[in-house]
Amino acid sequence: MGEYSIQELTSILAMQGFAGFSLFSVLLLMALGLAIIFGQMGVINMAHGEFMAMGAYTTYLLSVVTETYFPAFMDYYFLLAILVSFLVAGLFGYITEFVLIRHLYKRPLDTLLATWGLSLIMQQSFRSIFGAREVSPALPDWLMGSWMPTETIFIPINGMFVLGLTALVTLGVFLLMYRSSWGLNVRATTQNRVMSGAVGINTKQVDRLTFALGCGIAGIAGAAFTTIASTGPTSGSLYIVDTFMVVVFGGAASLFGTIASAFTIAQAQSILEFFISGSMAKVFTLLALVIILMMRPEGLFSIKVRK
Amino acid sequence: MSYFSRRKFLGKTGALLSAMVAAGFITSSAMAADYPTAEVNTTGLAVTDDTVTVGILHSLTGTMAISETGAQEAEKLAIKQINESGGILGRQIEIIQEDGASDWPTFAEKSRKLLVNDNVAAVFGCWTSASRKAALPVFEKENGLLYYPTFYEGLEQSKNVIYTGQEATQQILAGLDWVAEEKGAKTFYLIGSDYIWPRTSMKIARIHIEKVLGGKVVGEEYKPLGDTQFGSVINKIRLKKPDVIFAAVVGGSNVAWFKQLNAAGITADKQTLLTLSVTEDEVLGIGGENLEGFYSVMKYFQSQDNPNNVAFVKAFKEMHGEDSVIGDVTQAAYLGPWLWKAAVEKAGSFDVDKVVAASEEGDIELTTAPEGYVKLHPNHHLWSKTRIGKWNKDGQAEVVYTSDLIEPNPFPEGYQ
Repeated sequence: MGEYSIQELTSILAMQGFAGFSLFSVLLLMALGLAIIFGQMGVINMAHGEFMAMGAYTTYLLSVVTETYFPAFMDYYFLLAILVSFLVAGLFGYITEFVLIRHLYKRPLDTLLATWGLSLIMQQSFRSIFGAREVSPALPDWLMGSWMPTETIFIPINGMFVLGLTALVTLGVFLLMYRSSWGLNVRATTQNRVMSGAVGINTKQVDRLTFALGCGIAGIAGAAFTTIASTGPTSGSLYIVDTFMVVVFGGAASLFGTIASAFTIAQAQSILEFFISGSMAKVFTLLALVIILMMRPEGLFSIKVRK
Repeated sequence: MSYFSRRKFLGKTGALLSAMVAAGFITSSAMAADYPTAEVNTTGLAVTDDTVTVGILHSLTGTMAISETGAQEAEKLAIKQINESGGILGRQIEIIQEDGASDWPTFAEKSRKLLVNDNVAAVFGCWTSASRKAALPVFEKENGLLYYPTFYEGLEQSKNVIYTGQEATQQILAGLDWVAEEKGAKTFYLIGSDYIWPRTSMKIARIHIEKVLGGKVVGEEYKPLGDTQFGSVINKIRLKKPDVIFAAVVGGSNVAWFKQLNAAGITADKQTLLTLSVTEDEVLGIGGENLEGFYSVMKYFQSQDNPNNVAFVKAFKEMHGEDSVIGDVTQAAYLGPWLWKAAVEKAGSFDVDKVVAASEEGDIELTTAPEGYVKLHPNHHLWSKTRIGKWNKDGQAEVVYTSDLIEPNPFPEGYQ
């Protein structure tokens, strides 16, 4: 290591630290929507990745529209795109719950198949509408490049953006779930559906909105990921495994569990990857997860519910 | 020679006919009557007095549709042009298209269907090595003929396959030589997706760098297919400070890799990067702004300025839309039907054995290829030139280097 100056090594350390946080924010943002759907409702939504892709394609559409008709607003369209992605994916989630999911609450394994089928249908629809090739939404200039606090430290701006957005969304979900009366209804429904119904909670309405919220957040994630990854018909499937991993490892019904789990996996992955090859880092991370889940099948955090 | 005379001819007459059609004109005098069906088809292929049926087998659905779309479009264009110029042995080509659906067993199944049920005279298809490996036993058992368009890892030569893309050494060695000479590169960082093609390619690259160029490999890295997080790898590269990053990342990962590289401030003004896996098709997803100034090593770029290519690009856009882009594999796929036509006409027969024998004589050449000139080697691969393209913001590459014609060598000694 003699050939490196102290300054260089510190810079790399700083950037590596940020890489870990960046991965953490990506995993968390992916998993938040699923944590609500799978964690709160117990629905195994295999189409979660496709709801992300829907957000990504919404962003792409808006970028094309803005570039063609309102080129002056290119700098700001992305913020609008995040909001619209949330609404589009959320609305589609709302409809999906009504048409498909609500008939299957008592048959959890069938939801797995049904949502997997849905994911295939959505993938092929993206392909038919937008073409098989990947697309690239034009990003505003302020999202490109990196921030340099010193000569040798480069912090990617899109990474910081995703980090900030994740913090915001997490805070939003937390307030909604734990500080609002609607959140109370959701949690009550999760814990005891029959009793919640008996005390006057419209559990069907709660289910529908919860599912829509989860899908909407997936849409936000999809929009945000256009800055760091690909937008194509099958992009969603790139995320689905990691997403389930985070949620299951965190403990299905716990928001804090999801956060802690995303943090642990991200740091393990990012540090290991720095010292060994990417594929092996993934192997060791997954191996550690398997061992921990064998010892704690309920995940890191779990809410005690009477079974 | 013929290249120049054709250009003069086109210039003088101002003919709008594409070079391909012009080439076809000369040979289209072959009439079906001169070649009775009983003579040109002794093995029960789908050949009638005025038609011959071929198969196209690519993924139209599933993950690989992104890559294979261009290939099948190019094959259809070539077949249309051959038909317009009079067909083959006076027969019009008819197409049966099957969908491999990005699923390797499906490729085998559809190959069997095309060969056994439809008796097609040739198949143009497959893209990934995995799909080719799945279909190969079927082609060998049923004695079919496959034209395979993708640049690939080599180490294969089947009697029943003609490989119209580059094998690994053709693509890699010339690229490494160029970067060593032109950029004075001594240290290399190798990165690829974790499957057979990048691993074989990097193995060849490492041997060439260490034994021939006297350089040093300072890092070799493989990322799982579909991985989208490159933060740690980018920091590792920063630590190693290689003269050149040599990359073969594919699919969705490829997009993430270049976007994150750019965002991390590793751009062409500070870092030389040479990639094996970016064609005009991939640029659509990555975005030209993330690639500006980086280099790709391929045998074909859409921007190539020769009369063959100008005509090809024009015809392709007329058939498949003004916005379509043409990548390396698309062009290689376009060569398939033309190479088949040349071999069939030379053999005077559609019989697979005779067509293969004609192909193996090593004198089938296409002076009208968009990439310039190619010649079929007896080892079933093509002599071709390797080119280095420098990417512009608009998604097109400027060709900065063209090699001599390189002999295909699918089993390179000392590189295995």
